[in-house]
Amino acid sequence: MSRILLLVELKGGNDGLNTLIPYADPKYHELRPAIGVARERTVQLDEHVGLHEKLEPLMESWKAKDLAILQGVGYPYPNRSHFRSIEIWDTASASNQTLSEGWIAQAFQGTSLPKGAGVDSIVVDTNALPSTGPGLRTIVMQDAENFLRQAETMKDSAHLKDGGNPALRHLLAVRHEINAAAKGLSDKLRAAPTPAHAYAQDLLLGRQFDLATRVVTARVPVVAVKTALGGFDTHANQVQVHERLLAFLATSLAMLRKNLIAAELWNDVVVMTYSEFGRRAKQNASAGTDHGTAAPLFVMGGGVKGGLYGAYPSLSDLQDGDLKHTVDFRSVFATAAQGCWGLQRDFGLRQPQKLGFLP
Amino acid sequence: MVSAIGRRGFVGGAAALSAGLWLPLPGRAATAMDFDEARHLLSRTSFGATPAEIRALEAQDYAAAVDRLLAGVRREAMTPPPAWLGEGPAELRRRQQAAQAERASAERKPGVDGKPLQIARPVQEQGRELRNWWVEEMLVTDQPLTERMVLFWHNHFTSSFVKVRYPPALFRQNALFRQQALGNFATLLKAVARDPAMLIYLDGMRSVARQPNENFARELLELFTLGEGHYSEADIKQAARAFTGWTIDPESGHFMSRDQQHDDGEKTFLGQTGRFGGDEIIAILLRHPRTAETIVEKLWREFVSLRPDPAEVKRLAASFRKDYELRPLMHAILLSAQFRDPANRGALIKSPIDLIVGTVHVLGLPVPEKTQLVRMMQGLGQMPFDPPNVKGWVGGESWVSTYTLLLRQQFLRRIVEATTVAPMDGGPMKADRRSDRRQQLPGDGSAMPMVEPRPVEGRSLRHAGNEARLGPTLSGVDSATLVRTLLPRAPIDAVDTSGTPGAAAATAMLDTAYQLK
Repeated sequence: MSRILLLVELKGGNDGLNTLIPYADPKYHELRPAIGVARERTVQLDEHVGLHEKLEPLMESWKAKDLAILQGVGYPYPNRSHFRSIEIWDTASASNQTLSEGWIAQAFQGTSLPKGAGVDSIVVDTNALPSTGPGLRTIVMQDAENFLRQAETMKDSAHLKDGGNPALRHLLAVRHEINAAAKGLSDKLRAAPTPAHAYAQDLLLGRQFDLATRVVTARVPVVAVKTALGGFDTHANQVQVHERLLAFLATSLAMLRKNLIAAELWNDVVVMTYSEFGRRAKQNASAGTDHGTAAPLFVMGGGVKGGLYGAYPSLSDLQDGDLKHTVDFRSVFATAAQGCWGLQRDFGLRQPQKLGFLP
Repeated sequence: MVSAIGRRGFVGGAAALSAGLWLPLPGRAATAMDFDEARHLLSRTSFGATPAEIRALEAQDYAAAVDRLLAGVRREAMTPPPAWLGEGPAELRRRQQAAQAERASAERKPGVDGKPLQIARPVQEQGRELRNWWVEEMLVTDQPLTERMVLFWHNHFTSSFVKVRYPPALFRQNALFRQQALGNFATLLKAVARDPAMLIYLDGMRSVARQPNENFARELLELFTLGEGHYSEADIKQAARAFTGWTIDPESGHFMSRDQQHDDGEKTFLGQTGRFGGDEIIAILLRHPRTAETIVEKLWREFVSLRPDPAEVKRLAASFRKDYELRPLMHAILLSAQFRDPANRGALIKSPIDLIVGTVHVLGLPVPEKTQLVRMMQGLGQMPFDPPNVKGWVGGESWVSTYTLLLRQQFLRRIVEATTVAPMDGGPMKADRRSDRRQQLPGDGSAMPMVEPRPVEGRSLRHAGNEARLGPTLSGVDSATLVRTLLPRAPIDAVDTSGTPGAAAATAMLDTAYQLK
């Protein structure tokens, strides 16, 4: 079994409390008088929580039971710097540990991947850290045609000699990797069908999903594709901005699902959103929110067992004004590594939590 | 007497070369270098080297040339500092909050997906000016080795804008690195421990007797001096206690020591016991042989090759440890058999800053606005004042991935295909500061070949041909010399030197060997 993991990084720190809303908790409305989402503007999932109404497009997936929502995902000793926290996530490190290899690359350490298309992971965003590491051939490209054109200007270097110079050996190896990737990708990507349903292009994510869809439908044998949606660092007047982002995210995800179902590939893909952190429980003085800790994640796919996972962090038991995480993100990664690639990995946790969203 | 040489010194040579005349050069030394060795020395100690700069060096005795390079090191930047240097952290925070409030109340929708907002935030604005300031200095300095060393210390004693968010302190830290660029490591280490940017970056300012913060102590041992495996967790805890009370004045942003927050109890650190303060901890670290070895290894990787020679490192470190003077150490490194070994030419990968600043320098491109260059550096993974984490840029082979190699080629192709370098002198474009300086030098401007009074815009380097000028740094140089100037070793793909010099230069810059230095 092998599935493609499609990551969607929500850059800037998505406000989890206004994404999956604990509408029944009076504390929520107390903490967020100006920016809290009214009960009637949530789509209730159970007697405690509901989705923001702008996420309504996800309900088809929820009803089909292929949308899992993981609540309270974070890590101990949370770091509130964007940069450092996303690095912790991307490298599946502990808060006080600096690792240089991404978690997907770590997962594939010691395995041998088929050489097929000359590429193992495609990053359509600019941050390639999750799949950065010696074991994975990762290509970053914002635009397939542009990448192919660039790569074609580089002649293959397989036959060239490095003369015992390790720096040159590395350069030639990288050149060869680009060349091999371009060779493996060009026919497939250029022949890939246009997605059945077009993505809205207001934000970059639309273009990224378009390329991701082509990669999947062209059956490029990659293990992961990474995309991203930016703008979640909502310190001031956040309501409109955040709603616009949620609406765009939900519409794009719903469209992706439709496209992959139409291509009969929905079972072969697992989509997962994540963000460096959630936001502070209490709103700030500028009708926004500051950097926080735990937040919910969405996981979708034909093989996903839908429903709510983990416990929603209590609003009456905050730590320095922040939610206490209930699920360690490394347990989520461990579940994804098992469910997508059949790889048993613990990412440094002594005992990863068993989360059943990917049986 | 040893006199300094620098880029200024080369200008006469440049003019003479381009005019096809030979000005009297310093007498050719008996043990003169050849072109390739002079190129090697410059490629490792500056950002790119022009044919004239190489020529000016090759006639000299190697050891004498190294002496002069080291003697010329600056202690202060040539570029005037930004205007906001005196602003204290409290004042900057007030202005930042005012800007935030203004942004919040503004009707405009806040930006999404990286689109800029209308109201500038002073911290970000200062950060931008700070980065541009340093890139400007790298480009205009007459002593590029100084800036190479400043960059080296910036990558050793890391501090990032993202965490510090107080640009005046980052500027002063940069000035400290320049002050001690090739000064004394012991002096530098003591100063860094009190440096406000460092106190913010590694949380030393919050470290008090009641609750010592271990961040600085940990990195001091792990990264700045001993390296992993030469101390225990207990040593970190004890060292952290010794530095408590060192903080910064919130009004001025300068170092201050709060004695009542200092833990003056007894500490046992690396087997020694006493009521140590920060300076005593540093003194103990300086007596440890690993400290000198850490620095020598790192300098080796920066200047010589990716694989330090353990025996040579030990030998150099033993002598360095006597007084921690950096100039004699660099002298020994540059004179070492390994540095001079032709097999080590082209054995290092250019960092993004090497690539970008070096290319702009060698081509003599006018770049009045540095923001684009900084953005390119960021794209390639080396944004000045923003190392990725406390370990700094890993460098070496990690500079080049499939992603960054394509980006590097794209950057170079853009320069090769779309840039006319001709406007450099006398063209309608505003000349940059270095050419301004050149114009001021006596006997210089008139010697510039002024074949075309107005340059042809939009003509690419590749098609520059013989008739169009390559810009003052490269014009008048034959194809074979251009290729030897641009590449540290034979080209990887064939470079045809029978065509025009412009075509040869373009092919050389796009050759994989151009990524090496």
